[in-house]
Amino acid sequence: MQVSNNGQSSFTSKLMLYGGIAVVGLAAPLLFPAYQAQMAELWLFVVFALTWDLVGGQMGYNSFGNVVFVGVGMYACAVVQVGLYYEVSEYTDARGGGTEFVFDQGQYLTGLVAGLPVAALLAALFAVVLGALVLSLRGHYFAICTLGLGIAMGELASGWEWIGAGSGMTPAEPPRSMGNINRLHYYLAFGLAILTFCAIATLLRSRFALAINAIRDDEDKAEAMGMYTTRIKVTAWTCSALFLGAAGGIYGNLKRFIDPTETAFSGATIGVWMVLMAILGGKGTLWGPIIGAVVFQITKELTWTYILGWQRVALGVLIVAIVVFFPEGIMGRLKILFPERFGHRVETPDEAREEGR
Amino acid sequence: MTVLLKVNSVSKTFGGVVANRAVSMEVEKGTIVGLIGPNGSGKTTLFNSVVGYHPIDEGSIRFRAQEISHMRVPQIARLGLLRTFQQTRIYGGMDCVQNMLISRSMRKASFLELFHRQTGEGVERAENLLEFVGLYEKRRLLAGDLSFGQQKLLEFAMALMNEPEMLMLDEPTAGINPTLINGLIDRLKRANEEFGITLFVIEHNMRVIMNLAQRIYCLAHGEVLAEGLPDEIRNDKRVIDAYLGAH
Repeated sequence: MQVSNNGQSSFTSKLMLYGGIAVVGLAAPLLFPAYQAQMAELWLFVVFALTWDLVGGQMGYNSFGNVVFVGVGMYACAVVQVGLYYEVSEYTDARGGGTEFVFDQGQYLTGLVAGLPVAALLAALFAVVLGALVLSLRGHYFAICTLGLGIAMGELASGWEWIGAGSGMTPAEPPRSMGNINRLHYYLAFGLAILTFCAIATLLRSRFALAINAIRDDEDKAEAMGMYTTRIKVTAWTCSALFLGAAGGIYGNLKRFIDPTETAFSGATIGVWMVLMAILGGKGTLWGPIIGAVVFQITKELTWTYILGWQRVALGVLIVAIVVFFPEGIMGRLKILFPERFGHRVETPDEAREEGR
Repeated sequence: MTVLLKVNSVSKTFGGVVANRAVSMEVEKGTIVGLIGPNGSGKTTLFNSVVGYHPIDEGSIRFRAQEISHMRVPQIARLGLLRTFQQTRIYGGMDCVQNMLISRSMRKASFLELFHRQTGEGVERAENLLEFVGLYEKRRLLAGDLSFGQQKLLEFAMALMNEPEMLMLDEPTAGINPTLINGLIDRLKRANEEFGITLFVIEHNMRVIMNLAQRIYCLAHGEVLAEGLPDEIRNDKRVIDAYLGAH
């Protein structure tokens, strides 16, 4: 799982890698201000893919329902941002418009600072409750059930007047004095991506990583060896949801409008994309989902720009191509080509013959 | 001698099929007990009942004088009663050492200890046990790439890593190269003598079980047909009939 440690040189190369990413990440919006929103979205996609992979890749539970946590976070953050200063029902009745609902700079920032943790915690709470219910299902049944969860949540949100029902909800509008607000969203998204990466990298160095890998490989065996697998599974899903909730909060602000089924609980777009990104980059690896997210976002934006109207078709073709020709993903392919770099030894045919297998 | 596992008139049916009917047996601490019987006689069902894989219909199962028939699989495993599977089960996507490390006993560990950073702790023991079963050279190979026989050995090593008080083995020699069987018998005996692990073994290979076990139970049609010393079982007409089909 980890690149073999060659002492000093490995440390230097790691430092250069992380330093390079930090510099690029910090400088990007200054260099390409026109693409801030797309780059902010990219960092959120990194969060989506990383957290999906924790459960889908490392633990082998393919979830199509992680979008639930994005949607919950989106609404929770928006409701806190608005609710701190106005009556939420009046705000949504006015369809978020009008002159009476204005937020000054302090109010906008306070709303975000308060809203994002609430979004994260509420999403995590959802994961605990839903996880206890659906994580006893396995394989395809779990996948289908989570797909249903996303759809059900979208329908529920569409029917709830308090948060705008089918007409959706607008998160607090930043004041004009704040300039291009996308820059703030970009740095929030970048910070969250770094935080998520560090958290997951730490998690993958703990015994917990072995436990979820064991569940992926043979859950019955893990139970028979004395592991409380349900508890471990719910914990993993909750960790995912924590970061997804915060990411959803930022995403809602970035999009400036929350539609219950098209933005918040959109299983057909981000719900599938996060799976796609993780698979494209390589399931069950730390860097795979990140690489997948970058490749995916660039592809998505290019198709959006150059073949508008056909972008969904292009994405569909991409999905088919990945599944058929590239099922192990970019990192997965590298792992097969260079197993030694990943700490696994492979027997050469000669060795196998010598031992008379 | 204290009785470690006491199965008392346990019955288990699946729909209309009676898999176990009023089965009673005892395993004394520190011994090796064998369980034989024709295919479909309910041996694996009994194992599954004991480790909590499915609830039993009637009867009681006591481990160290504690009733365990209502407990779930991980709870029972944490008491120190472990089983291996007939269809060998290992974690194929992890290498042998990782397989061993995650099998470490977590009896005294709290849930939060799962999140502690992996240290070198346990690696030495893991490697010693892999050496014990003869897999040291393969310790960095993915377990899924091992041959079936090697996976069986790995599963055995994983069970030892867990430091169980009693180990239930479901056909440990099935699918193992005949030349390796003697080595395996030897290792099972050493696990019993050196590590003090009580063994309860399902086995079809008569030569193996007669060599290994100190006491043998024979199941047929879900009921205990005979019990006794290996020599008594070997010469028991009912057992011979059951195996040859005259029953």
